[in-house]
Amino acid sequence: MPRLRLHDLCGYRSGDKGDIANIALLADDAEVYDVIRREVTAARVRAHFDTLVTGEVERYEAPNVLALNFVLRGALGGGGPRSLRSDALGKTLGGSLVRLEIEVPAALAARRAPRADVAWAVEILEGLPRP
Amino acid sequence: MTLRVAGGQGFYGDTPRAVEGLLADGVDYLCLEALAELTLAILQKDRQKDEARGFTRDLPVYLAAALPEVAAGRTRIVTNAGGINPTAAARVASQTARDLGLSGIRVATVLGDDLTGRLDDLARQTALRHLDTGAPFTDLPSPALLASAYLGARPIVDALAQGADVVITGRCADAALFLAPLVHEHGWAWDDWDRLAAGVLVGHLLECSGQTAGGNLSRDWWTVPRPWDLPYPIAEVEADGTAVITKPRSSGGRVSFDTVRHQLLYEVHDPARYLAPDVVADFTSATFEDLGDDRVHVTGVRGAPATDTYKLLLCHHAGWAGEARVAFSWPDAREKATATAAIFTERVAQAGLAVDEWCVELWGVDALGGPTVPDADTDPPEVVARVAWRCADALTAGLVGREMVPLTLSAPPAGMTGMGRGAGRPTELLGIWPTLVEKSLVDPHVSVHVEEI
Repeated sequence: MPRLRLHDLCGYRSGDKGDIANIALLADDAEVYDVIRREVTAARVRAHFDTLVTGEVERYEAPNVLALNFVLRGALGGGGPRSLRSDALGKTLGGSLVRLEIEVPAALAARRAPRADVAWAVEILEGLPRP
Repeated sequence: MTLRVAGGQGFYGDTPRAVEGLLADGVDYLCLEALAELTLAILQKDRQKDEARGFTRDLPVYLAAALPEVAAGRTRIVTNAGGINPTAAARVASQTARDLGLSGIRVATVLGDDLTGRLDDLARQTALRHLDTGAPFTDLPSPALLASAYLGARPIVDALAQGADVVITGRCADAALFLAPLVHEHGWAWDDWDRLAAGVLVGHLLECSGQTAGGNLSRDWWTVPRPWDLPYPIAEVEADGTAVITKPRSSGGRVSFDTVRHQLLYEVHDPARYLAPDVVADFTSATFEDLGDDRVHVTGVRGAPATDTYKLLLCHHAGWAGEARVAFSWPDAREKATATAAIFTERVAQAGLAVDEWCVELWGVDALGGPTVPDADTDPPEVVARVAWRCADALTAGLVGREMVPLTLSAPPAGMTGMGRGAGRPTELLGIWPTLVEKSLVDPHVSVHVEEI
């Protein structure tokens, strides 16, 4: 079976509550949702984050928005105002989750994440006064 | 009747400029959410310095923009900007109105969320257990600096029923700021669980301002129109609880099925049981239909009876931290950064300084992704070593930072380009200790005060 990174199939958003982080994994469509529901188990996510997380991982389903929600305990070095980490609020954990590779059916093998195009930003920055 | 409510603020420090766009578009209620989990701890320090403080200090800027519209009867304001001192915030609101030459505005304050003074009493009356670990109250590592309960929409509805134009609360559930005007205007009953849940869902979608209108979007984030003019969201809510999530027409940004679902699960645990003070909302029961033109229709939200507890957040001192950053260039950038971090921690040990916890990160390698980064052993062109530490006292935390300074001339070669903060100014760390408290122990102390300017 072909393998793809979740990044090629899903969006994400993560955030914090105390020392708990949650990551919403947002499938591009219903076909992808079925696959991630099967492949991206709580145990797999727990193993993926390894030492970055000290507690358990729970998974919830939100089929109405084609999403899985992962709750990671002990994920923030003690929680926002207590943590020494750069990312004390878990904002980047979503990006870290979509690095995970899963097996996908052949029909999805050609899926790719859209490529970021920030030509507009480069144009703005090139217009700034410089020494 | 369609009620237009807007999320004009997502945190303390957000931009008041987005409010102008919302007011120009016309909203019945402008809700300003100012309190993240740790904001009250910041405000607590403020109030220790000055009894007249303890609210979010940018409130007057928001009010200066919005009060003329309030005086004209075109909008009302609901905000938790009162922090730990809603009374002082109300005084500032009155002063702002007077400075603008406005009168006839009714300002309400909601008190009773701050349980700091009653905490020991409460701990005797009920078993306060850590919400996540189940640890007993006696395990609290140091005395609580702050204890605040997340109140619901009821006292805000009381204030609106008394004719308030501006309602200032302390801690309340973020979504309650939005639910309250809906309950008040649409006359929803307190056991109409589906409608209350719909109101909470709407509030949840609006409470993080730009995050529903294209901010923090994943996937095709770079395609969001004019992201420097990102609008804040508006909900058009019907009496039956159905709603359209949208944004001011002339702004940049985007409201779509995708931007809305990004926010739906933000900082949510079980989406089928979203615990609000007034209802347990089932976010998985909602249907989201993208109508195009930056409009998303929300229908079918189901709710269940509220629990008999409020979330109570305690905050305690947790030591002092410092931090230093040093940048290295190729060749061997990663190795130089690694070696420097090790040399630094050894120097600190040699100096006899007690460090309770270290955090060593390599920016440009795996500082954010940690073990999820598959190719952390590559040869990056540049790396920043970031080292953070925790000590029992501020003095030690400061002395640790100074051990980084001599490395300018005495470390791995060619690349010591700068110190970060920390080499001198330690910061206080605060622990968060969430628990639950029976509503019956809190509600008798909740009060609403209305004053006309």
